[in-house]
Amino acid sequence: MELDKIEDILEKYFQGETSIAEENQLKEYFSSSNVAQHLEQYKPIFGYFSQVKEQKSTQEIPLKAKKRNVAWLSIAASVVVLLGIGTYFFVSEKNAAPAVAQSELGTYDNPEEALAATQKALALLSNNVNVGIESVQYIQEYQQSKNKIFKQ
Amino acid sequence: MNQNVFIELINPFKDKVFRLAKRLLTSTEEAEDATQEVMVKLWNKKDNLDAYNNIEAVAMTMTKNYCLDQLKSKRAGNLKIVHNNFTDREPQLDKKLEDSNSLEWVEKIISQLPEQLQILIQLRDVEQYEFDEIAKIVNMNETAIRVALSRARKKIRESMVNTHSYGIR
Repeated sequence: MELDKIEDILEKYFQGETSIAEENQLKEYFSSSNVAQHLEQYKPIFGYFSQVKEQKSTQEIPLKAKKRNVAWLSIAASVVVLLGIGTYFFVSEKNAAPAVAQSELGTYDNPEEALAATQKALALLSNNVNVGIESVQYIQEYQQSKNKIFKQ
Repeated sequence: MNQNVFIELINPFKDKVFRLAKRLLTSTEEAEDATQEVMVKLWNKKDNLDAYNNIEAVAMTMTKNYCLDQLKSKRAGNLKIVHNNFTDREPQLDKKLEDSNSLEWVEKIISQLPEQLQILIQLRDVEQYEFDEIAKIVNMNETAIRVALSRARKKIRESMVNTHSYGIR
């Protein structure tokens, strides 16, 4: 393309009077390799316009997300409320039941029988505690020999 | 209108919305948020979309207004959007390091223009809208747009000539 024509269009361009077609001519000219020396300074401007137009948005647009969320939220909320009410009744019923059972289990009417059972239970406990103590007796030996060596 | 029809409808100008938002908001993330915001607003209006004869222009206007609102609220909160660099042009980078440097200059110069001029440059020189379409989007008459555009282009030229000659001397 002739140089003076380009200069002409360029002048019109800066006056804001070019058409899209003419602007495309400019873009084409300035993207070519033989740009005149004195027009070299305009090259980046038109290069930039073409380059920026290539940028694309990469994200997806979530259209239905909002509506669906509301529906799911209300379903989830009602489930939570129902579960809450359910567990409240379930737990309170469970608490009421053992109160009756406790009075029926583990109680003796005869005092002698009760004494015997208590003694048996305490004996069992003390035996088990003594088993533990026996194995700890060894430590006493260490303590003695330590005292022999390190006289205080 | 179902989702697929809507997607078909917005696809031609989705990227234009994104680029306009990016021009004004600078950061890619903010621009994507703005794009999403505009599209969801359109989607919510989907039943009366037929009333508009040019949905693209409506979308661009919404984008413009949304971004300007964003900028206003950012400024009120004394927050400045940090300029982020563009990684999109990697393929050319090795080849034209010098060029990409001057392209960044153009970017910087445009970002220093008033927002109204940035919008016009974006719509005309990047997206290549006709003047009557721009008039609908920015709600100005065509003569005013030509005058403003001329002013913006001359400002860019002025700054480019300056940086160009600084590079030499």
